[in-house]
Amino acid sequence: MRRREPVAPLDYFRRWPIRLWLAATMVFLYAPLLCLIAFSFNESRRNIVWTGFTLDWYGRVFQNGSLLEAFGNSLTIAAVSTLVSVVLGALVAVGLWRFRFPFKPAFEGVMALPIVIPEICMGVAMLVFFSRVIPWPGGMPWPANLGAIIIAHISFSFPFVAVIVRARLASFNRELEEAARDLGAGEFRIFMDILVPHMRPALIAGALLAFTLSLDDFVITFFTAGPDTVTFPVKVYSMVRFSVTPEVNAASTLLVLLTILLTTIGLRLQGGPVASTQGNH
Amino acid sequence: MEQEWRQAKRPFAAIIGPPGFWLALFFLVPLAIVWAYSFGRTLGLTDIAITGTLDNYARVMDPVYLDIFVKSLGVAALTTLLCLIIGFPVALAITFAPPRAKAWLLMLVMLPFWTNLLVRTYALMAVLRNEGYVNTVLGWGWDGLRAMGLSLSAFQPLPLLHNNFAVVLGLVYVNLPFLILPLYAALDRLDRSMIEASLDLGAGHLRTMREIVVPLALPGILSGLLITFVPALGAYLTPDLLGGPDSQMIANVIERQFKRANDWPFGAALSFMLMYLTFIAIAGQAIVARRRRARAGA
Repeated sequence: MRRREPVAPLDYFRRWPIRLWLAATMVFLYAPLLCLIAFSFNESRRNIVWTGFTLDWYGRVFQNGSLLEAFGNSLTIAAVSTLVSVVLGALVAVGLWRFRFPFKPAFEGVMALPIVIPEICMGVAMLVFFSRVIPWPGGMPWPANLGAIIIAHISFSFPFVAVIVRARLASFNRELEEAARDLGAGEFRIFMDILVPHMRPALIAGALLAFTLSLDDFVITFFTAGPDTVTFPVKVYSMVRFSVTPEVNAASTLLVLLTILLTTIGLRLQGGPVASTQGNH
Repeated sequence: MEQEWRQAKRPFAAIIGPPGFWLALFFLVPLAIVWAYSFGRTLGLTDIAITGTLDNYARVMDPVYLDIFVKSLGVAALTTLLCLIIGFPVALAITFAPPRAKAWLLMLVMLPFWTNLLVRTYALMAVLRNEGYVNTVLGWGWDGLRAMGLSLSAFQPLPLLHNNFAVVLGLVYVNLPFLILPLYAALDRLDRSMIEASLDLGAGHLRTMREIVVPLALPGILSGLLITFVPALGAYLTPDLLGGPDSQMIANVIERQFKRANDWPFGAALSFMLMYLTFIAIAGQAIVARRRRARAGA
């Protein structure tokens, strides 16, 4: 009978107005998404009245060649961009953590720029860069034709990875590094055997973030993509502009499932949802 | 202790070199070109002469564009305010929830935040449009009233989509997790004995919030507001998909200059104005936070 206990002064979670507010907010956040998922299984094309369960729309998605191609492009871009972003982000974090050098605050400021500037500004910068300065040669075989988009994605992802890794490095005991050096380990050995294992949770979290950022990005890709390099969000955008169809619902549902899967894997790798909120030291 | 870079030049170059090079070539150079273009003029279809002219910035001051800037600032401010009003009680509930519920609630707030922005915006379109869920349900209710004998005219769907209302609603919908998470982080760090002391001494809950919780958590609240305001100000997708002809925000105007109007110098000037506004917002937050810290230290 725990519920009968009197509400303690600070037990805001158990006060009914707050609970009601919390529930209403969750409905606001989830109702549109749940409707989207539910109606992806609806027989009726009109998308409103439930007429019966069907998987037809998923069948349509898997027969829609251009949508599948866009999805494949998105995954490829996200995979390559994540790999490079994690390496670059870890290097920046280690560099800023380890060295004192001239103009360091300025360097840190510039490193934060891709995080803070509006996406549209970065988008137009990439558009200008890849159309006037280094025109990405057209007609290249897949996946080389995705190069421009991958480069743009790395530019906005790796500073995020750097922030996460640097926060993790703050808890590193520098004596470990000195001990390794005294014992004769070289720079590369120290980096791989001492620093990388310590950074591991942050590298995983950073990789997950970089992957999601890349998969999620519409604006910057929209400005960098050519007609033959369509990503999933750009493709969905062009479909959505015309109408709301169950086929888009089905494709979106697949993407939401992928997101849930990735988030779950990420949380598992970091030791479960409870551990991740309480720190994992 | 940090190491002086001269003591280990080769590791320093190996570590800072690649990301520094990447950032310079694939971020700073593109931005610098856009900046240079903002002082240029289009010649013909593709050529741009950088003449050092300030014409593009003068055009930004044109009432048509100034209006859009003012409107974008207003929409972003309104969005941030609504997110704060909705998000504060939620963050409070998460802060004082038992550990298990807390972990789940944080998951629930984070999941939409990880979900594709386009998918979320699309989900909202399906809710709001004339044939959408809200209007359909309202239509059924209306027909029910008519069936009961009320003499009503045929149901007119509420215009929920393609207007300013939809843009603000959409921005609140996509940005709410951005505010709840930093708010939670700020509230969770508070010294609870302060709140208990305030309640023990007879202050009500609202007064305790106003005079104890908000001032103590203010730096965190401010950074949460900033994290919501900046993306809302530069939003492109939400006004584009949910807005009507009069709901254009700065980002939509910039896109038009680059993709359709083919006036890159003017678009470049607009995007730098947007960037300066962002920097002003960030600087404002930093100054307020520093002033508070100085006062707390004194």
